[in-house]
Amino acid sequence: MARREDLKSVLVIGSGPIVIGQGCEFDYSGTQACRILKSEGIRVSLVNSNPATIMTDPEFADATYVEPITTEILEKVIAKERPDAVLPTLGGQTALNAAMDLHAAGILERYNVELIGAGIEAIEACEDREKFKEIVTGLGAQVPRSIICHTMRECLAATGELGYPVVVRPSFTLGGLGSGIARTADDLRRIAGTGLDASPTTEVLLEESIIGWKEYELELMRDRNDNVVIVCSIENIDPMGVHTGDSVTVAPAMTLTDREYQAMRDTAIAIIRAVGVDTGGCNIQFAVNPETGRMVVIEMNPRVSRSSALASKATGFPIAKIATRLAIGYTLDEIPNDITGQTPASFEPALDYVVVKVPRFAFEKFPGADRELTTHMKSVGEAMAIGRSFPEALQKALRSLEDKSAPFSFRTPAEPAADLLARCRTPHDGRLTTMMTALLAGASAAELTAATGVDPWFVDQLDFLKSVSAATAAAAELDAARLRTAKEAGFSDAAIGELRGLGAGQVRALRHSLGVRPVYHAVDTCAAEFAARTPYLYSSYDAGTEVPGGTTPKVIILGSGPNRIGQGIEFDYSCVHASFALRAAGYETVMVNCNPETVSTDYDTSSRLYFEPLTLEDVLEVVHAEQAAGPVVGVIATIGGQTPLGLAAALAQAGVPIVGTSPAAIHAAEDRGAFAEVLAQAGLAAPRGAIALSEDEAALVAAEIGYPVLVRPSYVLGGRGMEIVYDEPTLRGYVARATAAAPGQSILVDRFLDDAIEIDVDGIYDGAELYLGGVMEHIEEAGIHSGDSACALPPITLGQSDVAAIRAATLAIARGTGVRGLLNVQYAMAAGVLYVLEANPRASRTVPFVSKATAVPLAKAAALVMLGSSVADLRASGVLPAEGDGGTLPLSAPVAVKEVVLPFGRFRDPAGAGVDTVLGPEMRSTGEVMGIDSAFGTAYAKAQAAVYGSLPVKGRAFVSIANRDKRAMVFPVKRLADLGFEIWATNGTAEVLRRNGVRAKIVRKHSDGVGPDDEPTVVTRILDGEVDLIVNTPFGSPSAASARLDGYEIRTAAVRRGVPCVTTVAGLAAAVQGIEAIIRGEVGVRSLQEHAAALRG
Amino acid sequence: MSERAGKPAILVLEDGTTLHGTGFGADGETFGEMVFNTGMTGYQETLTDPSYCGQIVAMTAPHVGNTGVNDEDPESGRVWVSGYVVREPSRIASSWRATGSLDEYLRANAVTGIATRDTRLLTMRIREQGAMRAAVSTVEADPAKLLERVRASPRMAGADLATVVSTGKPYTVAPPAGTPVRFRVAAVDLGIKASTPREMARRGIEVTVLPAASTAADILGAGPDGVFFSNGPGDPAAAGYAVEAMRGVLDAGLPVFGICFGSQILSRALGLETYKLRYGHRGVNQPVMDVATGRVYITSHNHGFAAALPGYAGGASAGSDGSTWSHVPDAARKPFDTPYGPAAISHVNLNDGVVEGIRLLDYPAFSVQYHPEAAPGPHDAADHFDQFCTLMERGHGAA
Ligand SMILES: Nc1ncnc2c1ncn2[C@@H]1O[C@H](COP(=O)(O)OP(=O)(O)O)[C@@H](O)[C@H]1O
Ligand SMILES: Nc1ncnc2c1ncn2[C@@H]1O[C@H](COP(=O)(O)OP(=O)(O)O)[C@@H](O)[C@H]1O
Ligand SMILES: [Mg+2]
Ligand SMILES: [Mg+2]
Repeated sequence: MARREDLKSVLVIGSGPIVIGQGCEFDYSGTQACRILKSEGIRVSLVNSNPATIMTDPEFADATYVEPITTEILEKVIAKERPDAVLPTLGGQTALNAAMDLHAAGILERYNVELIGAGIEAIEACEDREKFKEIVTGLGAQVPRSIICHTMRECLAATGELGYPVVVRPSFTLGGLGSGIARTADDLRRIAGTGLDASPTTEVLLEESIIGWKEYELELMRDRNDNVVIVCSIENIDPMGVHTGDSVTVAPAMTLTDREYQAMRDTAIAIIRAVGVDTGGCNIQFAVNPETGRMVVIEMNPRVSRSSALASKATGFPIAKIATRLAIGYTLDEIPNDITGQTPASFEPALDYVVVKVPRFAFEKFPGADRELTTHMKSVGEAMAIGRSFPEALQKALRSLEDKSAPFSFRTPAEPAADLLARCRTPHDGRLTTMMTALLAGASAAELTAATGVDPWFVDQLDFLKSVSAATAAAAELDAARLRTAKEAGFSDAAIGELRGLGAGQVRALRHSLGVRPVYHAVDTCAAEFAARTPYLYSSYDAGTEVPGGTTPKVIILGSGPNRIGQGIEFDYSCVHASFALRAAGYETVMVNCNPETVSTDYDTSSRLYFEPLTLEDVLEVVHAEQAAGPVVGVIATIGGQTPLGLAAALAQAGVPIVGTSPAAIHAAEDRGAFAEVLAQAGLAAPRGAIALSEDEAALVAAEIGYPVLVRPSYVLGGRGMEIVYDEPTLRGYVARATAAAPGQSILVDRFLDDAIEIDVDGIYDGAELYLGGVMEHIEEAGIHSGDSACALPPITLGQSDVAAIRAATLAIARGTGVRGLLNVQYAMAAGVLYVLEANPRASRTVPFVSKATAVPLAKAAALVMLGSSVADLRASGVLPAEGDGGTLPLSAPVAVKEVVLPFGRFRDPAGAGVDTVLGPEMRSTGEVMGIDSAFGTAYAKAQAAVYGSLPVKGRAFVSIANRDKRAMVFPVKRLADLGFEIWATNGTAEVLRRNGVRAKIVRKHSDGVGPDDEPTVVTRILDGEVDLIVNTPFGSPSAASARLDGYEIRTAAVRRGVPCVTTVAGLAAAVQGIEAIIRGEVGVRSLQEHAAALRG
Repeated sequence: MSERAGKPAILVLEDGTTLHGTGFGADGETFGEMVFNTGMTGYQETLTDPSYCGQIVAMTAPHVGNTGVNDEDPESGRVWVSGYVVREPSRIASSWRATGSLDEYLRANAVTGIATRDTRLLTMRIREQGAMRAAVSTVEADPAKLLERVRASPRMAGADLATVVSTGKPYTVAPPAGTPVRFRVAAVDLGIKASTPREMARRGIEVTVLPAASTAADILGAGPDGVFFSNGPGDPAAAGYAVEAMRGVLDAGLPVFGICFGSQILSRALGLETYKLRYGHRGVNQPVMDVATGRVYITSHNHGFAAALPGYAGGASAGSDGSTWSHVPDAARKPFDTPYGPAAISHVNLNDGVVEGIRLLDYPAFSVQYHPEAAPGPHDAADHFDQFCTLMERGHGAA
């Protein structure tokens, strides 16, 4: 067949910001798509608002539009690029929906662009759950009984037929947003209510509950010749009722006979044909009744999905790459299998290992949130591990999570078995660990299966681990055989140490002295039937290591592990860049990571990939294996975020060479005392503060430095547990809680800088010269975590002298700490004084944003500096601009605005109420977007559009503002009124506005309740969609106060309805500028390549 | 792993490789040709497939036995492998259909197995050295001693095993109640799997299964509408009697369908050589291309021998011209002459270019080297049974 010659230019739609249910797996697939298209000589244009992605790097497309993924913008891009086709199947649900909208708006037709990968009919057939069920039943397969409903009344009626519990599932949403299990009519009202809101077609499906059935997924590929292959089968350990994204999953399926597996395979193939996905991949979910074997089809995604990324990493079969090739006309037999090099892609991978994926949650960030796992996804990331047996893979996966409570502890538990069993009944974060504990506490395997519905085979595997732990603990001595048995079952040195009363280090020393070490096997797609060429490796306590030898010097790059709030794709971005840069510089790069969603774990990103947990033990073994196979220059630990940073010191102690920033420099920046020294030396100011060990002490400190204060437990990072406290009672309350939680806990009490401008800086230091990558001015004032606040680059209100001061301060800190490579500093400018908040001696979250805003590959440059290049060298070689830097951008430079995406909409408290959406010093956003344009207003408008759809240009603006902000908000609100907005306000705010000549209609607060002539409260009005823009700044003290509660109700309503909600005065000012820009019709599209040409010539 | 019951066992290969592990299934000592199977499902079907007679089978999938065994999945009345090698035998049987555990099953069938960590190492050894003679023992502690016995054991090349596994006397498999009989087929049992007559019966074929040594006269005597030659173990070169029978049937102009060993028999009857593959095809993921249509089928395989391309003695030539990297050898693309008129290579394995199917152009006869009846494996090729029906519809005589 071979490739279609008629496709000369293709538009790829990305998936936008990282949100729960749509993580960076789509950067992985999108990046592969762009690579393939380019390699085929096709012109690639790309639209993706997410700057933290590799795919939006200029080199991956011919025209990269970091613009909102909205119909308007897409049409502008299509009009400009005139592509022959749009490829929407690699950008998740976002891209798929965008494509549907383009079709609905007649744009595809108008510009006569073809959809490749999946046609409209196919997309509709899967996304419309009703249509899909018809197709499936038409093929003689079964589906759960269900009724489609468009109103609440219909829903309530439907339960008459289906009975409770029922599963509610909206159409056209991702990650199960708006879905849930209703056990009562009240549940139903609540869940179906959200569901109807969430569904673009206000349509929900009520479905017979089959909670407890076995759940499976198949990943399929089909080419235009109608050849179909199943790439991978995935079994969920958590039975039906827990979203696959939140389930612990295993590949390949473990508990199906060939008969059942083939029946599933036949059905899947019949479905992909009937639905008509003709060139590409899809994923189909099944449920099987454990008593009878009855099999039902749950859903199909006609696109590359989260599971496709997992399946690709699990099998070595690059689904996205191949899906792209199929989309442009190749057939499976024409595409070589990269890994064997000698066999075609038209085969089904055979695994001789087991893969386990475990989800990573972030409930600690949303204290109110309901932790029960259900049909809508709550996890923010995942880790995958490979082992030669299920126990080995499972225990590796659990320690990959980097959550102290995740790995099994084999000590006999204090909690009685009955209680543990009871807890196992409700699906929750870490249920497997609870199950293991229950077994150790004496619960029987049968009891556990009964309590959880988890297949007896998996429970028996836990039981096997129990027996291994018992034998390990009981053994007279820890000889080689004994150690091996434990290691083969995946026990970490720490776990073994716990059983033997030894430290992990002692166990490791013993193990090494006995020569008990892992070997590394290749992921070869074929269970060793053919030789593998691509070194994609995993460790196992098995025989016959497959690490290829060589003489080229190697650099080992430590990745960032599972995505979590505060450490996401941005860090993977830097790792991938480092790898590319160093390969180009002639090194072999060795990537170590355990996150299946990422580009860094693509087998051809680095010279060699180790899919391994990022723990000291696992990394030391990789280093050992690599050193045995050839020269290792060193390990880079400062671009993967906090995870590798935390390993640096221990690695160095173990004699591992660290390149770039040294552990000493890391200490100087991270240790509070040491860093204070550095600042003192440099004569830089920091907010006053001290450590307190008791309520009274804290009160004293606060009284001395003055309120408000910022408090946090001294041990935490990532802004965990931080609060702004405005008065003593609140302070005492906080300290009491903190010390109760962790006795002897010390508390940091810092002066909270009110109304301070926060500034983020990324720079590269080579030991002599500082390259100031960029100065970002936050839009929200200090007090809102840098990761959660919008920011602008170049800074919009800072003057030359400010930037000069910032440059000097950053240089002084770089010198003082002695970093080599990237440095991130956060400042707060209050009353003209520049305070240093913190310095991160590593790549930061903002590196990709800065790189794209300034058209300078910071991470690449940093990697080279870490290996000895100087900034001067890099200027000479053109990696960095010949002169000037991110602090000296010309006035003509475009303005880039970063805006964040918050997951509040996903969380409910157990009673079903939303969780508060107010921002604070603790980071809660999952992702970010970038708006870039010639002026701030337009850039800001684009950033908002990328998050909320679009800023309103008319309609009703509701304003309710804290007293301390009232003066500041008068002018911008007046402007809104002038622009034609109808202003609504709560009475206090309305009063101030009136006095300043702004007519504002008073609406009732939530706390006022419904009025005498039952006028609805603002919350009701928001929920009824009467409000187009909300301005609500949080009130004073975070605790108590009905005013604050009102704010809470307003903001949660806003999130539910998806109404843009501005929570700071600064944000309001920006929003007004944005709205003006839209009204003036200034919002055009411009590719990064065009911006770069303007900036760097 | 030592937390499992089972006494120490060793696996010794002809080349001296020794693997240690623990015994499972029956205690004892067993010899055979060492092969590996990459299927991730279907171990019970594999164990009971007569084509594995005389072989020690290693599963590359680490966890085996998870779903236990049942009465519905066996492909014959007994376990045929002479030995079994797995990494992680399941401690329990978890399936609503399970009637027992794999371990008990192997014991009941007196088959000795070994659980050893090193199955990947073993697979690579076989991949590089080719299939070898081997032994598994739970009674011999000294590898050297066992190695001597391995080297003294019979080879697979030249072995006639079809007669060993074949049925003693004829029997009939009728279509399920309600399905009218459309055709009568004589199936020569060279090691037939239960699924094959079942697949035919489902299509309204009444199948009379005949012993391996049946002559053309015996076969034609039954007055069938078509003749089927089954899969089976051993070296086709050692089954001259079957080749003779095949020729007789072809002469009679009856529709003929062959699978696996049956395909090799047809090939030899047409004058093609058969040869031993280095380590064979055993698994359920093999891509086979229909040379005429370009369609690719994912197929179930179990063969150590194959038919050589016309004019070749072995697999040596089975590469492509390198213009595309696809593995369809040029020699497979053009028809060739046989005593029965022109024939075509109908199917080729895309992994290595091995001949996977043959069709006579003037006679109603075709065969495939893989297993359309699957069990275990994908059903992609099930329509070969329908093609057989079509041939029988057209009836006797040169097509
Ligand atoms: N009828 C049902 N009964 C019980 N659980 C269900 C049912 N349907 C779906 N689920 C659970 O909800 C999860 C999400 O449903 P799914 O249809 O896959 O939506 P999504 O598009 O979010 O993946 C599934 O993984 C499954 O565990
Ligand atoms: N003294 C302070 N005054 C005002 N805001 C502060 C102060 N200290 C920290 N913050 C706010 O808290 C956020 C998180 O603090 P930071 O020290 O950066 O912790 P993290 O390690 O989570 O980045 C900062 O981004 C800033 O907005
Ligand atoms: Mg799903
Ligand atoms: Mg910070």
